[in-house]
Amino acid sequence: MSDMETAGIVVVGGSLAGLRGAEALRNGGYTGPLTIVGDEPYPPYDRPPLSKHVLAGALDAASTELPRLVRLNARWRLGQTVVALDRIARVIGLADGSAIPFQSLLVATGAQARRWTRAGSELAGVFTIRTRDDAAALRSALASVPARVLIIGGGLIGCETASCCSDLGLPTTLVDSNPAPLSRVLGATVGNVIAGCMMDAGVDFRASTHVDALEGAFGKVVRARLSDGSAIETDLVVVALGAVRETGWLSRAGLLADSGGLTCDSACRALNVEGQPDLNIFAAGDVARWPNAHYGDRLMTVEHWGNAIEQAEHAARNILSDPSDQNAYRHLPAFWSSQFGINIKTVGSAEGAEAAAITQGSLSSRRFLAVYGREGHTVAAVSFDEARWLPSYARRIEIKATFPPVPGAIDQERVDVVDPGFPAPRELAGATSSVRQEAAHA
Amino acid sequence: MRIVVDLNRCQGYAQCCYAAPEHFELRGHEILFYDPAPPERERARIERAQQACPVRAISIEPADLAEQDEP
Repeated sequence: MSDMETAGIVVVGGSLAGLRGAEALRNGGYTGPLTIVGDEPYPPYDRPPLSKHVLAGALDAASTELPRLVRLNARWRLGQTVVALDRIARVIGLADGSAIPFQSLLVATGAQARRWTRAGSELAGVFTIRTRDDAAALRSALASVPARVLIIGGGLIGCETASCCSDLGLPTTLVDSNPAPLSRVLGATVGNVIAGCMMDAGVDFRASTHVDALEGAFGKVVRARLSDGSAIETDLVVVALGAVRETGWLSRAGLLADSGGLTCDSACRALNVEGQPDLNIFAAGDVARWPNAHYGDRLMTVEHWGNAIEQAEHAARNILSDPSDQNAYRHLPAFWSSQFGINIKTVGSAEGAEAAAITQGSLSSRRFLAVYGREGHTVAAVSFDEARWLPSYARRIEIKATFPPVPGAIDQERVDVVDPGFPAPRELAGATSSVRQEAAHA
Repeated sequence: MRIVVDLNRCQGYAQCCYAAPEHFELRGHEILFYDPAPPERERARIERAQQACPVRAISIEPADLAEQDEP
């Protein structure tokens, strides 16, 4: 096969991490063959607008294509799913039966929306939001004015969707298994601010409730049965229950991978089932689970925009370096979300925080900065419309500065320390954690 | 043309909104809404917005790449 003569670097994943990783390889001086495989038929696009401006109808889903910043001279294999990996022969197999050899592989396959698997999963009118096609289909359904939208899950994507639906004037119910929206990301104390926004916007928020089943008529969803015994008449359901990773092709090849991600060493090299790094296979973005030195080498996946870029660039650097010259990847997670007119931004990982302090503004004004602490250290900060304060906290988190922060600022008499209200951790496979429990980008 | 704004980096200084108000807009206190695919003829104004950003959050596809590297 002539391809065998030109085995170069293959990037699996045609989204943000794949694109920026490929660009970093070229920026790093790599001039050999470069192939990018993507399972969607589209060139790399930006996901954050999908659950915001695309649903709102302000942007077309097709307008979200990402800018190219470097000339890639790459071979693109779009609309192709990778189904097999042979680590000895160093070749991947695509769904169409073709094979691509590689010297080095960068796995940047992202994450996929968790599907509804309980009763009613086959019904029309049940949507997820992860891809450009998902967003376009949901936008089209919203534009046809459903009688009531039901959103299952109160994470970032669920809340952004609720915000869009209420802006569109659509009757909307959000069912969340936690006591407040965004509980797993920010804790119920801050999440209750969004619950207040939902109430003001007329969104029917059902706390600490599950959807047990969806019921249909003539193949289309008409009703949801809730765990409290009630029912909601709905003709459009958005399932916003977080993400899973399709890693079957990696685990079948003997790599340490499951629906929570592909486990890597600190240098972003994939580990095999014996726990040894494969020196030719790297991972970056949502799919990569690696020991983050910022959090005591806890295995983390970070499903955020900034990590997709930084980790892909880091992995590219290591791909181009000798196995004896591999840098560890340290990353301080950060994300943004806009909903109910509020710009939410965070730095650090609030997961497992035991305390929170409002250091600027107030929860009641919906404009504030909250700092999170764990075991006496500052671990995260979240801003509601106070973004300019946030960067100064990044350094405090990096150096594990004391929590609570030293009070006595002249513009604030006293800093109250409160319970952030995180729900009990979910049962997770292994000692892993996911910084982002819901879906997509941001 | 294609552009993207790093909204982790964006601090809502709104200088882009003055430089190219048809393509950048601040909603609420600090939510930046922008057009990720402005027309190519607007390139000079978009580049002014990029230069005006105090935190350099705006990335623009170079003109000579626009028709290159298509999948």
